[in-house]
Amino acid sequence: MIVVGEKINTSRKSIHDAVGRGDADFIVKVAREQAEAGADFIDVNAGTFLDREIDRLCWLVDTVQNQVDLPLCLDSPNPKAISEAMKRHKGEPMINSISLERDRFDALFPIVTSRPCHVVALCMAETSMPTTVEERVSVGSELIGRLRDGGVPLERIYVDPLVQPVSVDTSMGLAALGAIRRIMQEFQGVNTICGLSNISFGLPERRLLNRNFLALSMCNGLSAAILDPTDGQLMSTLLAVDLLLGKDDFCERFIDAYQEGRIVG
Amino acid sequence: MMSDLSALTQAVIKGDAKTAVEETQKSLDAKVGIQDIIDNGLISAMDEMGDRFSKGVIFVPQMLRSAKTMQECMRLLEPLIKEGEVTTKGKVLIGTVKGDLHDIGKNLVSMMMEGAGFTITDLGVDVTPEKFAQKAQEVEPDIVAMSALLSTTMPAMPDTIRALEEAGVRSKVKVMIGGAPVTEDYAREISADSYASDAGSAVARAKQLLNVS
Repeated sequence: MIVVGEKINTSRKSIHDAVGRGDADFIVKVAREQAEAGADFIDVNAGTFLDREIDRLCWLVDTVQNQVDLPLCLDSPNPKAISEAMKRHKGEPMINSISLERDRFDALFPIVTSRPCHVVALCMAETSMPTTVEERVSVGSELIGRLRDGGVPLERIYVDPLVQPVSVDTSMGLAALGAIRRIMQEFQGVNTICGLSNISFGLPERRLLNRNFLALSMCNGLSAAILDPTDGQLMSTLLAVDLLLGKDDFCERFIDAYQEGRIVG
Repeated sequence: MMSDLSALTQAVIKGDAKTAVEETQKSLDAKVGIQDIIDNGLISAMDEMGDRFSKGVIFVPQMLRSAKTMQECMRLLEPLIKEGEVTTKGKVLIGTVKGDLHDIGKNLVSMMMEGAGFTITDLGVDVTPEKFAQKAQEVEPDIVAMSALLSTTMPAMPDTIRALEEAGVRSKVKVMIGGAPVTEDYAREISADSYASDAGSAVARAKQLLNVS
């Protein structure tokens, strides 16, 4: 599993305040604790700064990469912010995300094909949000096709099935899981990725629902997730499920984590 | 005379559509007034649900179930309502702004406002400022409510307010905004009249704006 640490997002108040006052120590600390907990990418999002987003996102890229040796996931629906942040990024970033919405696609496509990067392909159609498995697979396939034509290799594409809340429609869990399964089967080598918290919107005990959804998603082939790696129960679930699915030779990662005291039962 | 609509209220609170529809029919047969059924049977139930929802005692699926139950009852009443016979809390024109396809939050707000007794015109998603303005002239709403889920589509909110101004209807409506990246500060900055952080508070804010209870 590829883990993208989600905590540096200005929709969280403490992060917004730290980014606002340029508190590098605070941001580096949050980046480092996620790296130590097993993140492969650190997500950076400065969306709440609106017209100052570009400046703040670039500051985040410099600040985190100055101290933590990991690639970042540049998280913005704003192509200009992605483009500027990408110029300062060392190594190959993950871009979150491109979709079939026309303006967003047209603006981001030349950016994500301009240099090697990992691309999150969000299953958002041009004029509507998909509801069924078929609609998701159709949007995902179209995005994969266009990105490959643009020279992005399959293993750098991460299809996000667009997770919607089960509180509003109980079929939304299976819709996302079915899409993950079919995309992984039909495009061998591609990645699938999702955030976990949308699934539980409007319900109690959200963390319980989120980690069970992670397990089900992994069982259907999910290969990457955007999550909080400092959540011990969640990361323990991830390691346990990886092991149970035969992806942890000699159960090494699970046992190592246990011996380091990182497994929460 | 106040009729006893408590069985109907309880059925709507539970989200038991079958019983609620039966109770509505019973009340009609007993010549209970339509306005009475709506106010003291249905809206009172939804007010209670809204209150419990705001307190975090109940959750989205329960809210939706009650709202759907109320809609089933309204289906029975609507053909019987004569023009001007039933009062509304106010007319609300609602939509997700231009460039934005997210509709879950907007639908929740819409449903809860309807449950609270507002008359809703839902324009759907990706609604251009021109469409908002044109519909505002047509429908003559008391409130124009806009939703945006992306920081990149938020600027469509001030654009829409400008379009309402240009169409000469801005002074006749209250503007409410909401959506994950939207804040109270942003509402102030773009001169919207109100901001709501969730569907429960949207109803409360709408009532405040129109000075109704």
